[in-house]
Amino acid sequence: MSTSVVVDHEAMQEPPPRAAAAQSPPSLVPLLIEDVTVAYHRRPVLWNIDYQAPSGKLIAIVGPNGSGKTTLIKAILDLVPRAAGQVLIFGEPYRQQRHRVGYVPQRTSVDWDFPVSALDVVAMGMYRKIGWLRPVSRKFREAAKQALDRVGMVDFAGRQINQLSGGQQQRVFLARALAQNADLYFMDEPFAGVDASTERAIVDILRALRESGKTVIVVHHDLQTVHEYFDEVVLLNMRMIAAGPTADVFTPDNLRKTYGGKLALLDQLSEKMAQPRSR
Amino acid sequence: MSAASLLAADSMWELFSRAVSLRDYNTRVVLAGTTMLGVSGGLVGTFLILRKRALAADVVSHAALPGIALAFLLAERFSPGSGRSTGVLLLGAFVSGLLGMAMTLAIRSWTRIKDDAALAIVLGLFFGVGTALFTVVQKTKTGNAAGLRDFVFGKTASLVAADVWLIGGISVVVIVLCSGVFKELSLLCFDEEFAAARGYRTTLLDGLLTLMAVTVTLIGLQSVGLLLVVALLLIPPTAARFWTNDLKIMSGLAAAIGGASCAGGVVLSAAFPRLAAGAVIVLTGSGLFLVSLVFGKERGLFPRWRSQRQFEQRIGRSDLLRACYELLEPILGANETTQESLTKFEIDELELSGMRQWPAGRFHGLVSTAVREGLLVSMSTDGYQLTSRGAEEARDAVRHHRLWEIYLLTQTDLDPRLVDRGADGIEHVLDPDQLAELERRLDNESPHGVPPSPHPLAITAETP
Repeated sequence: MSTSVVVDHEAMQEPPPRAAAAQSPPSLVPLLIEDVTVAYHRRPVLWNIDYQAPSGKLIAIVGPNGSGKTTLIKAILDLVPRAAGQVLIFGEPYRQQRHRVGYVPQRTSVDWDFPVSALDVVAMGMYRKIGWLRPVSRKFREAAKQALDRVGMVDFAGRQINQLSGGQQQRVFLARALAQNADLYFMDEPFAGVDASTERAIVDILRALRESGKTVIVVHHDLQTVHEYFDEVVLLNMRMIAAGPTADVFTPDNLRKTYGGKLALLDQLSEKMAQPRSR
Repeated sequence: MSAASLLAADSMWELFSRAVSLRDYNTRVVLAGTTMLGVSGGLVGTFLILRKRALAADVVSHAALPGIALAFLLAERFSPGSGRSTGVLLLGAFVSGLLGMAMTLAIRSWTRIKDDAALAIVLGLFFGVGTALFTVVQKTKTGNAAGLRDFVFGKTASLVAADVWLIGGISVVVIVLCSGVFKELSLLCFDEEFAAARGYRTTLLDGLLTLMAVTVTLIGLQSVGLLLVVALLLIPPTAARFWTNDLKIMSGLAAAIGGASCAGGVVLSAAFPRLAAGAVIVLTGSGLFLVSLVFGKERGLFPRWRSQRQFEQRIGRSDLLRACYELLEPILGANETTQESLTKFEIDELELSGMRQWPAGRFHGLVSTAVREGLLVSMSTDGYQLTSRGAEEARDAVRHHRLWEIYLLTQTDLDPRLVDRGADGIEHVLDPDQLAELERRLDNESPHGVPPSPHPLAITAETP
């Protein structure tokens, strides 16, 4: 409640965190996917995906359950093997650009009954920078606190993560990625199961990231908010259905192709679609 | 009492004091080495538990059995007499322990058999083969299993200094290694995928953790025995978890509990040689576990029960004070309920008990607690009066309750009939910040005053 108000304020007033980000040659594409195919147990889950992400935009990946949204992100981050194709991050393979990529996994992918504090989790985002055999020094603890501050959670720094609400846990995950100070972010359903104030806080952070020239790619479930939150949409259902600026791509027709078959839902949707466009 | 039993008691005391005062070089070495073993077990076990691999240690220890027997047979065949060397037996244990671990991993990743079933299959298979080989060993001339039995049941007393230097030395290496990669291991256990995305070779980290667990298991075989060695890894961290929510403290505590149970076990079994050392070590650890289970500060049964009880008492207390306030409110008039005026009127016991549906026992308990805590004063004629402190708390309790009620009524779509009950639950956990926020949202004109109740107070409904 009150915390989100604080966030808005600070996120707005804070200058772009790193001027250096703007120095990266603007011609370089943050993410280029070429002809990527992914298979689980020899069953393909993603077919021939091609995509080129524009720089400095908020991009949603949208598609029905099991359409390969999460798999696509994992394939980009080398977490699942690609059967074919290549991925370039700022013109190079991921393993050479890891330091410029922030990742927010699904909140439910970990056991939150783990004996660490919110600050400890955020510090995990900087372990690579800290290096092997070294403890987390004060400098990094301060940086972790700042990241928590950006998500309005600095008062919870010492709180055990099992005592946080779902929305607070999601913010901690976000702070962990922010602490990396990356240029390209991947977020897997950051809005799933969070309260309204957390959703607002996350949207504000996404916009602040865009202001400072970062690119953010978000797996998103809530079709109603796509227009409001995102500049670009990737419609996915095992194949790339369509991708591009939200206004052009997020059409009832394309959605029908993406969600084909679930007509009842689609009819509701196309009604809803008509509304934001008339605004 | 006969002279013989006196003598026995005497020598027993002698033995005990020798053990406790560490007069023997051997006891001292065994104590130091085994303590190190316990420390490393607690430390590695912490990560094993957090990685949810508790049973893996059990598989490794059971899978070691055929290796031990086979190593003995082979060594005896090629150079008779060398079969009882600790090094040879441990090598055999190491190879077959790792093989067992590898087989579980293979079953898990190549078939659709679930984790627990894979572990059980491998454990049964290896232990079965091991038992069969042991009967062969016992039929050989040298192999009446004197040394080998100790691997099954454990016997610290039979350890010689040289063995213990090995055990202690390896333990120290494991402790140093585990502390060195502490933060990487914690990341692996918490969020493997994120670790991989950040560029950590998670299979290598995982392999390192497994290797450390296997190592501790195997060097623990001789002191604790393969049936119980898993306890060395699992009991200390499980006990430590009851005391803390902080990984650093948990691992330190687990190391301490592991070290203490091993040290205690060694001393006790040196004093009472008939007791199997492994059993004594594990029982000492189990004792510490039980203490933690009951008294552990964070998750122990007793602290949890106590905080639950305190919470209930706090609720009961504010319910009672609120009832006092609401009883006095119509008499005083809504705007005259100052702290001072609240203390001036006597509250009739019968009327007070009618304010809420308290069971008789509960009501009397609440009242006498309130009197004891100086919130109420008992008057001569079945009546009470609020003290100054009681009046202040009563005003606060009512204010919290009504602010929350008004919030629920005006800002949510709750059925008004549910609001009173909903407010009852939440108001007790509101902190000052949240109250300020509520006041801000409700545009309360008198920040510290008590707002009127948003619904009629059902006093008459409940009084007979």
